[in-house]
Amino acid sequence: MSAARGSRGRPLIRVEAVGKRYADGTRALRGIDLEVAEGEFLSVLGPSGCGKTTLLRLVAGLGEPSEGRIDWLAGARPERGIGFVFQDPTLMPWATVFDNVFLPLRLAGRGRRDAAGDVEAALAGVGLTAFATSYPRQLSGGMRMRASIARALVTRPTLLLMDEPFAALDEITRMRLDDDLLELWAAGGWTVLFVTHSVYEAVYLSTRVAVMGPRPGHVRELIDNPAPYPRGEAFRGSAEYEALRRAAMADLAA
Amino acid sequence: MNAALRVLVPLALCAVALGLWEWAVWWFEVPKFVLPPPSLVYRALVADHAALLASTWITLRITVLAFLAALVAGVALAVLAARSRIVEIGIFPYAVILQVTPVVAIAPLVLIWVGIEHTDRALLILASVVAFFPILSNATLGLNSVDHDLRDLFQLAGATGWQRLRLLELPAALPYLLGGMKISGGLALIGAVVAEFVAGSAGGSGLAWRIVESANRLNIPRMFAALFLLSALGVAIFLSLAGLEALLLRRWHDSAAPRER
Repeated sequence: MSAARGSRGRPLIRVEAVGKRYADGTRALRGIDLEVAEGEFLSVLGPSGCGKTTLLRLVAGLGEPSEGRIDWLAGARPERGIGFVFQDPTLMPWATVFDNVFLPLRLAGRGRRDAAGDVEAALAGVGLTAFATSYPRQLSGGMRMRASIARALVTRPTLLLMDEPFAALDEITRMRLDDDLLELWAAGGWTVLFVTHSVYEAVYLSTRVAVMGPRPGHVRELIDNPAPYPRGEAFRGSAEYEALRRAAMADLAA
Repeated sequence: MNAALRVLVPLALCAVALGLWEWAVWWFEVPKFVLPPPSLVYRALVADHAALLASTWITLRITVLAFLAALVAGVALAVLAARSRIVEIGIFPYAVILQVTPVVAIAPLVLIWVGIEHTDRALLILASVVAFFPILSNATLGLNSVDHDLRDLFQLAGATGWQRLRLLELPAALPYLLGGMKISGGLALIGAVVAEFVAGSAGGSGLAWRIVESANRLNIPRMFAALFLLSALGVAIFLSLAGLEALLLRRWHDSAAPRER
């Protein structure tokens, strides 16, 4: 964890004049320009229904933009280079936590014994080692989300896409997961694109915040957050945090 | 206590009903070719046990084979339907037609098609037809009920169609399929019995034919004995499938998992 985490690396993805219109005529996005740099933690902040999820899905390749283009700048879109964490934990209820986390490696053709080390490391990273043989229904909401994050990270992705992953969790659990996520990010070296509707969360986590406006979704403002990591309670109480929060709030309400 | 009651209460009720039945037949002097007392039915069961058990075996075999055929065909078609919208809209009207046409009405036709000397095949086909629809319909519903995010996850991970089917769609469809199987198990038995009534006995006589034969000879105690065995068979099939469901779902599905309080 260094101050260097705050500075931006090489561009990874460029989103250029992207718009999205659904078959029913709904215009979800218009004119989105965004560059995601290697190693940064970019939050996409906006009200419900402003197209944040749509943008994330387009970046993931789960759909084609109606206008504009999305390019991977550091070479081609890496095969299995994307980890995706959904709003819900989206675990397979019939599989144990271990098997859920093993899934992406299994789909990539790895054997269980061969992959066991990686799966165990991912579980250890989110503090679920003791729950490897549990079924999702036996876990709390926060633990399910941890399993979901472990599954996204087990392939050591270049890019981690997160779609309001902690929105359904209570405040304490959410803050703890925010901190754990930052710790994993600092250690892992991947890039994060994090969708949220929480100003607090966006400012606390990110190196940059893209504030979106609604109908059709567009980027209103990009806010740099140069505060160093690790960030903790001290940062939450700082004037810097407060100023950034106010700025983001003002852009959101504009 | 609770589990014991669950067994004891129905058993006690059964004993009371049988006692009342025995008493009523004796008290009102009901002729035994109208309503034989339970003691006489029991005696028929013991006296004819060899023939009755042989018939039970024949009916059971047809029921199980028909059920398995319906299971394989139903799941296979459901998988095709889930893969292709064209297949789904193509086959469903015919599946419904097959379902709503009374099996009694198509029995003579099936018998002619397979040849009068292959009654067993006719029974198998007819019972499968009856058992087929709940499997197809529930398996299709199950395969289409897969969580959309999980589908996306498989797509992002570059899963093959086979991986998606084996690791995602079939497990997700399992609770629905097992529900359909419980219905189909009973229907396969009904199909086997009705088909035997219409098409006649196959190879040896199944339980349905025993009933027809006993009725013709006014051997009503034996008819009741055959009826009893049919019910027992139906209960056994249901319990087996319910047991299978509990076994497969108990660790992960809310319908079967013990409730934590």
